Amino acid sequence: MIPELGLFALIIAFGISLVLSAVPLIGAARNDATLMALARPAAWAQLTFVSISYAALTYAFVVHDFSVLYVSQHSNLVQPLMYRISGVWGSHEGSMLLWTLILALWTAAVALFSRGLPDVLLARVLAVMGMISAGFFAFLLWTSNPFERIFPVPADGNALNPLLQDPGLAIHPPMLYMGYVGFSVAFAFAVAALLGGKLDATWARWSRPWTTVAWSFLTFGIALGSWWAYNELGWGGWWFWDPVENASFMPWLVGTALIHSLASTEKRGVFKSWTVLLAILAFSMSLLGAFIVRSGVLVSVHAFATDPARGVFILIFLCVAVGGSLALYAWRSGTVTSTGRFSWFSRETALLLNNIILLTAAAAVFVGTMYPLLVDALGIGKISVGRPYFDTMFTLVAIPLILLLGIGPAMRWKKDSAQRLKKELSIIFAISLSVGIILPFVIDGVLNIPAGLGLAGALWIAITTLQILYKRIKTGARLPLSFTGMIMAHLGMAMFVAGVTMVMTYSEEKDVRLEYGSSYELSGYDFKFIGVKKVAGPNFSGDEGHLEVHDGDKKIADLYPQKRLYTTRSSPMPMTESSVDTLLSRDLYVAMGEPVGEDAWSLRLYYKSMIAWIWMGCLFMTFGGLLAVSDRRYRQKRLSGSETA
Amino acid sequence: MSMNKRSKRKLLVVMVLLGMALASVLALTAFEENLLYFYSPTMVKNGEAPGERSFRVGGLVVAGSVVRATDSLLVKFDITDNAESMSVEYRGILPDLFREGQGIVAMGAFNEKNIFVADEVLAKHDENYMPPEVADALKAAEQQ
Repeated sequence: MIPELGLFALIIAFGISLVLSAVPLIGAARNDATLMALARPAAWAQLTFVSISYAALTYAFVVHDFSVLYVSQHSNLVQPLMYRISGVWGSHEGSMLLWTLILALWTAAVALFSRGLPDVLLARVLAVMGMISAGFFAFLLWTSNPFERIFPVPADGNALNPLLQDPGLAIHPPMLYMGYVGFSVAFAFAVAALLGGKLDATWARWSRPWTTVAWSFLTFGIALGSWWAYNELGWGGWWFWDPVENASFMPWLVGTALIHSLASTEKRGVFKSWTVLLAILAFSMSLLGAFIVRSGVLVSVHAFATDPARGVFILIFLCVAVGGSLALYAWRSGTVTSTGRFSWFSRETALLLNNIILLTAAAAVFVGTMYPLLVDALGIGKISVGRPYFDTMFTLVAIPLILLLGIGPAMRWKKDSAQRLKKELSIIFAISLSVGIILPFVIDGVLNIPAGLGLAGALWIAITTLQILYKRIKTGARLPLSFTGMIMAHLGMAMFVAGVTMVMTYSEEKDVRLEYGSSYELSGYDFKFIGVKKVAGPNFSGDEGHLEVHDGDKKIADLYPQKRLYTTRSSPMPMTESSVDTLLSRDLYVAMGEPVGEDAWSLRLYYKSMIAWIWMGCLFMTFGGLLAVSDRRYRQKRLSGSETA
Repeated sequence: MSMNKRSKRKLLVVMVLLGMALASVLALTAFEENLLYFYSPTMVKNGEAPGERSFRVGGLVVAGSVVRATDSLLVKFDITDNAESMSVEYRGILPDLFREGQGIVAMGAFNEKNIFVADEVLAKHDENYMPPEVADALKAAEQQ
């Protein structure tokens, strides 16, 4: 009964989304206030019914209703409650339902926080979001019904993929979707502005906080996925250039460009039509990501859907959304003129360069990800693009981006002088370069130029960023939160660059065969294999190794990696639980392989230099984004808006 | 002075263009060098696979073919597309889902003794999941 209720609520939500897509638009065209006023309650009603539907599926998971096919495929009686709740988005159908729930949440949030918006604009924005919702509801109902029943009802279900039974991964998809879907708000604002033919700087001010929040979630979601892969997959890497990772990275790169371009548009009235195009592009990348993950075209750890109808549906939806909005852009953007004038040597130019670099990076990822798909679709052959391609491309892109990250924020709007800037930055440049190069020598006794240059880049970003902070504090003025947020995010980039550099240049890894009691030395640490004992959990059994790590005579860590066998699935599934000892300066990482002969195991040992800085940097960027949106500027706009309304 | 400024600007534009050209060349080279082609065991038997360059090969792990050394991490196994099969050598830890009958993809090259040595062996994270290349290779072999 409850599952049918869920399906019924989903159908009603679909109906509401259709009303939301059409009626407010008609109202806006006819300037009919009653029709336009329907947008807000429709957004709320849509959220209510998707929530009911979502709650119904969660309930089915919680009470073990195995008559629902999806529940029986992804949970069983012994699965802990937490992973039954997160099991809802553990596979295709449920995660699409989560996608629509989050989309409805963003739509309702726009309805709630937009009291200052002109009614016509709000009607159009919500209508565009309604169209996107309608597309995804249709996708769920026609190709991916999560409430499908099975008969006979199995006594027990097949468990959730054990890889997904991890707290980090449990919250990874919701965070990622908050980001992906969040870009739909900027997209809706862009399309609404194009529809109205009025693209002024206020458009940028309205979409800016939405974009920044979405970007923060996306940053956090990607970082969480990377952290999970590092801990859970037992490969010790933090980024694999897997097509699905790329699918989330492309919207991130375009979204980052969008944040910076929105700043120029809002502050200086420049790049207006470019910003609109970026807003369209960012969400298109989100949709492309959905296509890549959901269509099953990929060879990837993440690709689960293999029903061709789903791929075709999303591809058509992608074409309609992207093609339609681009056509609208081509038709309308000609009327937009940028008002701000600026010299070629100014912060505007620096932000434009930032956009060019970030889009180049996105294009490089796009080519490496989509080219194999295209070649395969044309039946020419099966190829894949190796990791070194991406590594080379990103090293190339990183150099100008890092240089610019130091120069851009120090530049003045409109016009700056090269002399002034040179005076301000040349000392910092010299210091970061020399300290960066010397640092590996001081620590390690050996010069390491690639590491030195990377560290110099990180120092350059950090010092220039702190310098603008210092100068701002010295003026005695209050620090706006949006400024502090920017500082924090840029410092996050510095940490990230430092972390990536050190991981790439100083890490060591080794697959070894160790007998009980024997040890192996890696990067000066002595890994001693004590032994293995049996362990058992609610839905798995396995072996737990014990290793002692010594630095000279001192024992510094006990590591307990596990090899688990999840026995409750139709075929038992092995899982590697790595064990990691983390310090700011390094990670010591052990993953178990398998028994090799008597009283010996194959073990994977890693020494990872400063890898924690990668995720710390991402956290700084995330919080930087969130700080920036809490700026009073955006709140006051709302308050004054509601007073006049 | 203004002339000087203008020529400076020209120089900058030329440098940016040169930089972009250089970057494009590097990018294309990196792209070309890192393209990995996929071959099925049948294609490898027919001599279609490259002699020295790395490539990917995929198929089902033949039951009973997996031989593990007891004193090192060397593993030998055969993979098949149900028409032809070939041997693969790998030194290291295999993925969790590597097992007999499972579809896997191996990346590597032939060594001087004409043995395929894998640098990387991939098995997917779902026991019901078959790498699309392997699925296609099986289908192609069946049709022959």
